[in-house]
Amino acid sequence: MAQATSPPEVVRESGQARRYNSDAAGLGRLRAGAFAAPALLLIAVFLVFPALWVLYLGLTNYRLTGIAAAEPQFVGLDNLISAVSDPTFWSSTWLTVQFVLGSAVIGQVGLGFAIAWLLRDRQGPLKRLVEGLVILAWILPSAIVSFLWVALLDRDGGTLNALLSTPQFAPLLDHPMLSIIVFNTWRGTAFSMMLYGAALGNVPPSHLESARLAGASGWQQLRDVVFPHIRGHILTNLLLISLWTFNDFTPFLLTAGGPDGQSEVLAVHVYKVALQGGELGYGAAVSTIILLINLVVAVFYLRLLRSKK
Amino acid sequence: MTRFVLGRIGFYTLIAVLLAFFTIPLLWLVTAPFTSDPTYKVSVPDFTLDNFRAIAEHPYALPSLWNSVLLSAGTALLVVILAALAAYALSRVRLPGRDALLYTLLLLSSIITGTAAMVPLFQLAVQLNLIDSQLGLILILTGGLLPAAIFMMKDFMDATPKSYEESARVFGATPLQIVRHVVVPLVRPGLATIGVWAVANVWGNFLMPYLLLSDVEKQPAAVITYTLYTEGGQANLSMLSTFGLLYSIPVVLMYLFVSKKYGFRFHGGIKR
Repeated sequence: MAQATSPPEVVRESGQARRYNSDAAGLGRLRAGAFAAPALLLIAVFLVFPALWVLYLGLTNYRLTGIAAAEPQFVGLDNLISAVSDPTFWSSTWLTVQFVLGSAVIGQVGLGFAIAWLLRDRQGPLKRLVEGLVILAWILPSAIVSFLWVALLDRDGGTLNALLSTPQFAPLLDHPMLSIIVFNTWRGTAFSMMLYGAALGNVPPSHLESARLAGASGWQQLRDVVFPHIRGHILTNLLLISLWTFNDFTPFLLTAGGPDGQSEVLAVHVYKVALQGGELGYGAAVSTIILLINLVVAVFYLRLLRSKK
Repeated sequence: MTRFVLGRIGFYTLIAVLLAFFTIPLLWLVTAPFTSDPTYKVSVPDFTLDNFRAIAEHPYALPSLWNSVLLSAGTALLVVILAALAAYALSRVRLPGRDALLYTLLLLSSIITGTAAMVPLFQLAVQLNLIDSQLGLILILTGGLLPAAIFMMKDFMDATPKSYEESARVFGATPLQIVRHVVVPLVRPGLATIGVWAVANVWGNFLMPYLLLSDVEKQPAAVITYTLYTEGGQANLSMLSTFGLLYSIPVVLMYLFVSKKYGFRFHGGIKR
């Protein structure tokens, strides 16, 4: 039906042309390779190689100091086995799951979408003010924003206590996980907000209009018109921010994993065992496990993305 | 009618809550630098400039801001150029295993830039003689940011119409000229987004410079902030807040500039 309005695809040459259908500039594989080569080289040297090195270190008893620092021994899967039989590793994993679900999936996606949806038809200063503030929280350096939150949540002189008149309330000590979840929601919502803002702009207004005329409520419009349209955006967004949050080290700057390991997410756990504890081999093994978990998360989202496409 | 009024009230209440949530943590940063003896609590400043004078006398504070500029501008430039070339090639030519490659690299980059790769990256930098070298740090940071940049850039490239390139080709332009004169102007918002994203990333990065630059004269502001934080055991609040403000202003200016010039948003970008 729609074909009538768009001109039919012109096939100029046979075979070759069809294979390089989108290659309008006549790049060809060789030059495409040359274009991609500098980027791929840097990635290979400074990303892939260190990653493989981490995999190797995980199989040794390499340490920061002592005899094992000079001559690390190959210990096979010992590190992995001791990691999965260590309860602190599992509690860190569970805390990381809470952190990702709470701050990324619920916090950033929920709040980001809500802001984009609230402001979708608006123009003018109010929209710019809200968006500007949300983006500000995102672009300020993490060393600064984490300190701002330490100042906000401080037990003795924090601004939050002054506002709520709750002296001696210490969120960072009493509710460390909740604190870093709220912090990370505040910190990262901008990305989701901008992405959904752009995605909502792609939803054809006529579809929304017909839904409204057919008597669909706000929620029904969201479910039946908006979500199907921006499904790809939602999944890409979830994939990226889940991975970013999973490996985020910033909670360390707020709570240093404490008190008593109550906010020791996996990224902080690795730092503690590898650099503070000096067990580089064991830390690398935990990193390997993190890599595997990330892989599972990514494959899960990609499956969803591909299904029903 | 009541429904409409209630809707309005609900809308503005939500907006007010949102504004409060996003503003309150930031207040300290704009009041404390102008207060003579700041505490953690936000208070009305007495508009003194002594704190700024103290920062100007600090031997490493202002130079470290310049180092941050060097590092982030160098990295952003490299990331934008290399990512644009690679994303264009990957968008136009179907290399075998392209999507799998992109997703693998993206996955690696999200984990390897964190704490996990500290040890290997440090060892690698020692081997390649890149310790205490700002250029080396730029290369390492670029390697970490490139996969996500290519990933985002490719969406922009996929969305550009191919007909312009065909015409340019008919007139005998080489592929590099086509990229330079046809593709780049089309994806400029994308390039701006990636550039800002890269600058913001490097500007705030603490771990890598802390690890790889031991010469205090080469260290960027993130590392200097940390030394102000820990120097003498007690955080020096007046220095910290003032330096924090100075350290924050450039990224804010950059954001304002880019959002005015290019419109800082995803132009239907990041789809797949």
